[in-house]
Order: sequence, then C-alpha cells, then structure tokens
Amino acid sequence: MCLISRGPAPGPVSGEETTMRAVAPVFTSFVLSVLSATTFCGLAAAEPTTLRMAWYSDGNEGEVMADLLKRFHEQNKDIEIVLDQVPFKAINETLPVQLASGQAPDMARVVDMGGLSRFALDMRPFLKDPGYWEMNFGPFLEWMRPAGDTKAIPGFMTQLTVTGPFVNKTLFEQAGVAMPGEKSTWEDWAKAAKQVADKVQAPFPLALDRSGHRYYALAVSQGTQVFGANGEPDVVDEGFKRAAQLVYDWHKSGVMSKELWGSVSGTAYRGANDEFKNAQVVMYLSGSWQISQFAKTIDNAFDWVAVPNPCGPGGCSSMPGGAGLVAFKTTQHPKEVARVMEYLASEPVLAEFYSRSLFVPGHLGLAKKGVDYPTASPEAAAALKVFTASAAQISPIAYRIQGYSNSRIVLNAVISRLGQAVSGETTLEDAYKRITADVAQQIAERNKK
Amino acid sequence: MSGISSTTRLERGIATGALARLGQVAVLPVGVALRLLDPPMRWMQRFIGARRMAYVFLLPNFVFFGLFVFLPIGINVVFSLTGGTALFPSQRPYVGGDQFAYLFDCGSYLDPSSCREDHFWRGVANTAKFVVFQVTAMVLFSLITALVLNMKIRGRGFFRAVYFFPVLLSPVVVALIWKWILQRDGLLNAAITTLGGQKILFFVDPGWAMFWAVFVSVWAHMGFYTLILLAGLQAIPADLYEAAEMDATPRWRVLLRITLPLLWPNMIVVIVLALIKGAQTFDEVFVLTGGGPGTATLMVVQYIYETAFSSQVQNFGLAAAASVVLGVVLFVLTLLQFAAARRKEV
Repeated sequence: MCLISRGPAPGPVSGEETTMRAVAPVFTSFVLSVLSATTFCGLAAAEPTTLRMAWYSDGNEGEVMADLLKRFHEQNKDIEIVLDQVPFKAINETLPVQLASGQAPDMARVVDMGGLSRFALDMRPFLKDPGYWEMNFGPFLEWMRPAGDTKAIPGFMTQLTVTGPFVNKTLFEQAGVAMPGEKSTWEDWAKAAKQVADKVQAPFPLALDRSGHRYYALAVSQGTQVFGANGEPDVVDEGFKRAAQLVYDWHKSGVMSKELWGSVSGTAYRGANDEFKNAQVVMYLSGSWQISQFAKTIDNAFDWVAVPNPCGPGGCSSMPGGAGLVAFKTTQHPKEVARVMEYLASEPVLAEFYSRSLFVPGHLGLAKKGVDYPTASPEAAAALKVFTASAAQISPIAYRIQGYSNSRIVLNAVISRLGQAVSGETTLEDAYKRITADVAQQIAERNKK
Repeated sequence: MSGISSTTRLERGIATGALARLGQVAVLPVGVALRLLDPPMRWMQRFIGARRMAYVFLLPNFVFFGLFVFLPIGINVVFSLTGGTALFPSQRPYVGGDQFAYLFDCGSYLDPSSCREDHFWRGVANTAKFVVFQVTAMVLFSLITALVLNMKIRGRGFFRAVYFFPVLLSPVVVALIWKWILQRDGLLNAAITTLGGQKILFFVDPGWAMFWAVFVSVWAHMGFYTLILLAGLQAIPADLYEAAEMDATPRWRVLLRITLPLLWPNMIVVIVLALIKGAQTFDEVFVLTGGGPGTATLMVVQYIYETAFSSQVQNFGLAAAASVVLGVVLFVLTLLQFAAARRKEV
C-alpha cells in the first residue's frame, strides 16, 4: 500500500547498477514484509484472549454472570469472555459430544460433574492459592474429580442445591386442611395433599419432578443404601422398593398425576414448576433452584412456602446437588481460564453472585458466614432459610450418591423403568430387574476401552 | 399497431437492444470461463473418448454425494462394529457383531419385554403399528381429498392451497401447535368442558397418544400425497369419462373401473413414499408425546437418538447398529419404490 512505483531510470547503466536495481525491490519488499510482520505480530500480541463459557439458567443467574464477566473484563482488558447462554438440554446432550471431539468451550456450568470429570482441567498449576479452593470447596471438589483422584481442582460450585417440597399454602387454607408439621412422614403429606386437592379440585395433589435425583430424595428417606458391600451399585434394596411402591401406589390412587411420570418415555425430564406457578399443585417436590423463579412469577397470586423434607424410616434427608463451573483441559488458554475462575470464585464476587441469584451457597466460608439476600421477597427469604437448614441434615448416603461418578446412570435407569411401571406398561418387579440390568450394562459400556 | 409512432418503436428497439447488451455483459464472465475450459475439455475428450466424458461431468456431484451420504453411512457401519463411549472410531474397541447380537437377543420378537434391549423392540413394534395406521389413513384421506379437489367445485384453487399449506410447516411447529390444542388445558379440552364433558388427558392414555400421533402426521403430510394423486387424476384421459357418461355408467362404477385402475401407479408411489416416511418418523411424535406414555409412542428413530445422544452413556455403537437395521429396512422399501416406478413407466 505504501510502495511508490517509479519509472525506469534515465540514461545508460552499468552491470553493477543493473544488479543493484534488480536486487533493490526484492530487498525493499523483504524489509517491508519483516516490518509489517513484526507490526502485525505486535498487534496480535496486544489483542485480548477470547474465552468461551457455556451457561444454562434456571432463573436470573445468567444475567448476574454476564454482569460479573463484564466487570472482570473492565479490570482485565487482555481477557474477553463470550458467554454462551444455552438450554439445559444442550449442557446435558451437546456438551459431552463437544468435549469428546475437542470442540468444547473453555468453561461450562454443568450438573453431571462426575460424568464429565475426565474432561476437566486440573487448575492447580495455574492458581495463585489452591489452598483457598480446598478450604472452601473441598467436599464439592470430590464431585468434580475423576475416580481415584483426590487432588485435582477443576472448578467451583455456582450453587449448592437441596431438594425439598414447596407447598401452596393458599390451597391448604381454602380447603381448611391443616398442614402437617415438621418431621411428618411422606404418607402424612400425601394424605393431606390429596384431601386438599379433592376439596379445591386441584389436578396435582403431590408432584415429584420426573427426575431420578428427586426420586432419591424420597428413596434415601425410605432407607435405600444404593451401594453394596463391595462399593459397587446395588440399586434395588428394601429402601428403594419402599420408595418405588409409594410412587406406584400414589399414581394408582390419584395422589400423583400420570402427566409427569407416565406421559413421556425414557429418561426425559418433566418438571411441575409451571403447574405449581398456576396453582394446580398442592405440594411440589423440587428444590432450592426454583426459589428465584417462583418469587418472580408467583408474586402475590397465592402464598407458597418451602417445608422441610418429609421423613421415612431412613430419616428426613434431602438430596444435595448443584451446578459447578468447570474448566476443561481442551482449552488453549489454561492460565487465562484460571484467572477468570479465580475472580469468579473469590469470596466477594461469589457472595454477590449467590445473593443476587438467590442461591444456597456452595462455598463453605460463605455458608458459615451466611449470605444476605436483600432482593429476596419474604417468601423467597423464608424458603432459603428452610433449604439452608435442610442442607445441614443431608445424610452421608445422599452425598455419596451425588458424588458417585456413575450416578447419572443409576438415576436415569430408575426414572426410565419406574416411568414404564407407572404408565402400566410393566410391573414393579420387571422394573426392578431392568434397573439392575441397565445399570450393569451401561457401566460396562462406559468402562470398555 | 398503426397508432404507434416510429419514435416509440425506435425507443423500444433501443431499450431491447440495451437489455440484450446488459445480458451479454452479465454472462460475459461465464462465456470467458467456458472458453477457457474448452481446450482442456477437448483434449480430455480426445484422450478418454466422448462417451466417458459423461462421467467427468458427473464427478463433482458424485464427490459431494460420496462425502455427505456414502462416507457417513460407512462411518456408521464402522461405529456399529465398535463399543465403548469414545467419539473417534480410532479410539473405540472393535466388538464385531456384539451390538447386533445384543439388539437381537430376544425370547420372542413378538414380545418386546422378552428382549434384552426391550426399548428397541418396543420402538420397532410402535413404528410398525404407526406405519400401518398412518399409511392406511394417509392413502385413504389423500385419495378422497384428491378426488374432491379434481371436481369442478367453487374455490378449487383455494382449497388446493389450504390442503397443501401444512406441508410447508416445520414438523416441530406442527407438533407444538397440536400439543397446545391437546394438552390438559388446551383448546380441545376447553371445547369439551364447554359442552359439558370431562377433560381427557390425551397424552396419558396409550391409545389416545398413538391416535393423535397418527392424526397429526396425516394432517401434516396429506397435502403432499394429495398433490401426487391429483396429478395422476388429471392425467387420466377425459374421453374415457365421456364414454362412460354416454353409457350412463354409475359414478361408483366409473370410480372402480376407470379412475382407480388408472390411478394405481400413483397410488403405489404414494404408498411406498408414505411407508418410508412413516418408518423414519421422529420429530413430530417426539415433540408431541415424547414417546410416552411409558414407551407407547417411542419410535425406532427416537430410540436411536436417545441411545446415542441423550442417555448418560452415549452408546454410539448400539445406536449405529440400530440405524443399520433401520437402514436395511428403508433400503428394501426404496427398492420397492423403484420397482413400482419402473412398472408405472412400462
């Protein structure tokens, strides 16, 4: 662009001059190329590193994360983060394929931390203070590590979730039925919910999300142990059968509607959050992640409360869970990824994130100090209090199920086969046999090398 | 013509000439490119002969077809012979015919619950049931619609467009529309309760779920098959009907003796195409019923999708084996279509 073309030199020229004239343009071009390459490379070096983060949302947490990342970029101009807000289904189904093919984002918010642990980046070499992570995320890091690894630090918890029931208090009041108190059993709640539903013509007396995770909140309280003496899954035990029988009988007696568990096939998830928001559900077993959207969408339409998990022979434990922001080893920029993660996992930033998203903290230090929720409505604040109290009563077996790297295989087999039994396609006995066979077959397939 | 002045004619001539020149300029690069290609093509023709030049022209298409059709089929077959959860074939252990053996391990093929992979066989049974009902209904309603639209009725063009319109919609959109109509608080239940009836939970009852899966599929695709039959009806010579009319032949006899026999080649095409499409059904039913209740509307393609992508252990090998089985069935149906088409030509 800057080259000036010249006409031929006038007059006769010597041989040396001819050679010089021939070489000069080549030399000039070479020098200019080197200069421009140096300039270009210099510019390229000054360009920010772009990282990608895949993120799904239940409530407003995507907006909060976008704010925090913007703030991070203002303080760190050399790193840009593209936040890909995707549906939960994409995290569950597309992300594993992206990871296997080496085309994954640098970080992602995931639920199946154990299942994806083989792709996770151990950030220890890039972190300024790995001790901070061990101290504040220690028990949850186990959920993110591959089996046998006791040291890796792949990410942090964006939220700790606790399963538990939401109750439409207005429907109880309209029906004139007293709400069962603390330590009530599942049977007590089922009976009360059915009475209310019959009186107010609500189509869903008791609703459990069609999810293996939610089913295990019931099963653990019925005393299931999940693992045999050898440490391998032994899913169908007496506690499991008690829970399965309850679900089966509730569908038969109309305590549970077949529209959730019986209307779709396989491992498909079905929630009753929309039905609860429309005041069609008396009691809804879901979890703490629903608080934000219930507070926002129900508003003053009716009174709702979160209640402690109902009890059974195995206790009153909820199921823990949650989502972690995990870094992946396919990233080309592990140092930059670690810097972003350090910023987001720092106590003040994380406190703001939990506070604005109305999440139960997955950071031990913050859990101990307590998080303020200034934006929470009175219902949401009360619900957060109930779930935080439930988190303290989670049984070790519930933690073990959640941390097991093949837990999703177990949860999915359960939901698929119990769904068939509920819809009347198979018997419970057949479902038990199939669950055992499915779990064994899928673990064997995963272990094939 | 005499009213047009010579100036106007001249202007028109200039305009036409300008357009022609513009066209020449526009196609100039094409002409140049063709002229450039001419010498090597002539050389090649001399070298390989005029008859083989056809293959040279077909080659680009073959390359694309091979790349996007045959190569994926090959990769799929390779996957069906491997196990594990790794994505790349090079990292997957070879298991021979194990995936097929697992799929076909049944006490009785007529009883899916006796099979090790019962979901596959439930999918096969459901797909077979769906195809029988859907193809029968599709052919019948398409035929009736085509016969009506072939009559000289008022607004014929409008009705032809109306029946064809659903074909233009995306299957997902079709399923979502019908889901809104059929769900607990949907339009149909609103109508039923307004008339004093009880709400019906269509997606909880296996019979209703299958009925609506078939109904929605017929509604969505009938226009396409109607069009094929309509074309067939319009190709029947009118003098045959005139002769029948002169003989005072009853209309039902005209239908049975003239229309249906002469429409039969088109009917065969419609039946075979509907069979192939029915066996591949996935998106509409998946969005409408999710394969439920239980597995009452789980189709083979949904089984393949879920086995490969939405189950926790992404079992690409088993899914690939199931798709090879489905592919063989579709191949046989396609051969039937070719045979039918050839018969039509004869």
